[in-house]
Amino acid sequence: MALALLQAGAQEIGYGTLYIYVGLFLLMVVGFVATTLVLARLIAPSRRGAKVKRANYETGEMTVTDPWRPFPVRYYVFALLFLIFDVEAAFLYPWAVIYRDLGLYGFVEMIIFVLILGVGLAYAWKKGALKWV
Amino acid sequence: MSLDILNQEPIRFLLSFGVVLFLVLNLAAIFTMAERKVSAYIHLRFGPNRVGPRGLLQPAADVFKLFTKENLAPSRADIWVFLAAPIAMFLPAALVWLVVPFAPNAVIADLNVAIVFFIAMTSIGALGLIMAGYGSRSSFSLLGALRGAAQMISYEVPLILSLLGVIMLSGSLSLVDVVNAQAGGFWHWYFLPQLPMFVVFYIAGLAEARRVPFDLPEGESEIVGGFMVEYSGMTWALIQAAEFASMGLISAITVTLFFGGWQPPFEFLDLGNFNWFWFGLKTSILVFTFQWVRWSLPRLRMDQLMDLGWKILVPASLIWLFVTAGAMLLLPSVF
Repeated sequence: MALALLQAGAQEIGYGTLYIYVGLFLLMVVGFVATTLVLARLIAPSRRGAKVKRANYETGEMTVTDPWRPFPVRYYVFALLFLIFDVEAAFLYPWAVIYRDLGLYGFVEMIIFVLILGVGLAYAWKKGALKWV
Repeated sequence: MSLDILNQEPIRFLLSFGVVLFLVLNLAAIFTMAERKVSAYIHLRFGPNRVGPRGLLQPAADVFKLFTKENLAPSRADIWVFLAAPIAMFLPAALVWLVVPFAPNAVIADLNVAIVFFIAMTSIGALGLIMAGYGSRSSFSLLGALRGAAQMISYEVPLILSLLGVIMLSGSLSLVDVVNAQAGGFWHWYFLPQLPMFVVFYIAGLAEARRVPFDLPEGESEIVGGFMVEYSGMTWALIQAAEFASMGLISAITVTLFFGGWQPPFEFLDLGNFNWFWFGLKTSILVFTFQWVRWSLPRLRMDQLMDLGWKILVPASLIWLFVTAGAMLLLPSVF
């Protein structure tokens, strides 16, 4: 197995080609799973049965309410915080790659950058935004 | 040897597709078996021991059974979203193997942003979970999906931050470079200088794989299966396969980042092209710890889960980021 995966050498595969392969791979995996589902549909039995057979599972009760109705999303504050830290990571990753060359300048820059975000997190914490209700 | 033909791109590509599918499906089968055996021995039981020698053929029997089971979808469900969810959950479990180095020079696609690729793929898993829960149009599923969405996005932040130390030390986003930078014995592996980051990554990885202390989206004993309560037959089997395969994947990524990937623990144990043995051994040990944790710890409550993520793991990883940056600045000869 290991031998089959030996790479021909990085420079022989173009940079764009690599991503085309990744995209193709993605489509092939999707195709594989879809084929498995279709195959299972063909092999498995499928009988109509009573109407309740296709009812939702509600521990034996009949469904009373439709779950697709307005419901409170408790974690939208978490989602906002996630967005902030995700963008922060997008800035921190390139910085981390070249940190060795940046030296003291990079260190001070990063401290200022992370401290601003840390203050934001501390503020959200103090305001009770991190409390799950 | 006639290996030249394997080095031609289209053939290598098709071969690696086969290898990845073989790997993912077999991992899922082996891990379901291992899970049942480990849990049995922790409970002082025997576990499955009827099918084949010592019950080793149990997964094959299970797959055969699941293939012949009826695939039911609730009549009210959004059928396309419902059926697309297993695909979206299976994708990350298979695709991230592209960038994992198995042995020296043995990587399918050496992306130079492999770590970012891994994080992006992990997010697709969260998407599949929401699709499964919302598409089923069932109360339990929706509860599971909402919990899952909150959990996955909350634990992605510590997961992302805990990788920064490794990136700084290795100076690269490519997993091949990360492994090469850990050469020369186990004292060069990153779990020593990055121990707090490793702990954060391990916990966040458990949460991303939805393993037991963090299995709130599934919550068997309260919401009876959560987001996958409406699935049956092969659709259910694919979701389970994706879950178990992603457990193996998280272990493999942890090994690559913090335990030197395929690097042998001592230099005299170098096996050349067969170093994948070390990679497999370390990954198996890590998977065993995952299972050990599962059968030892109770499930967290939702508010405890959020507190652990945002109030402990995120500050801890930010503090260790400072420590790593300061240490690299003050002691450039050591790192």
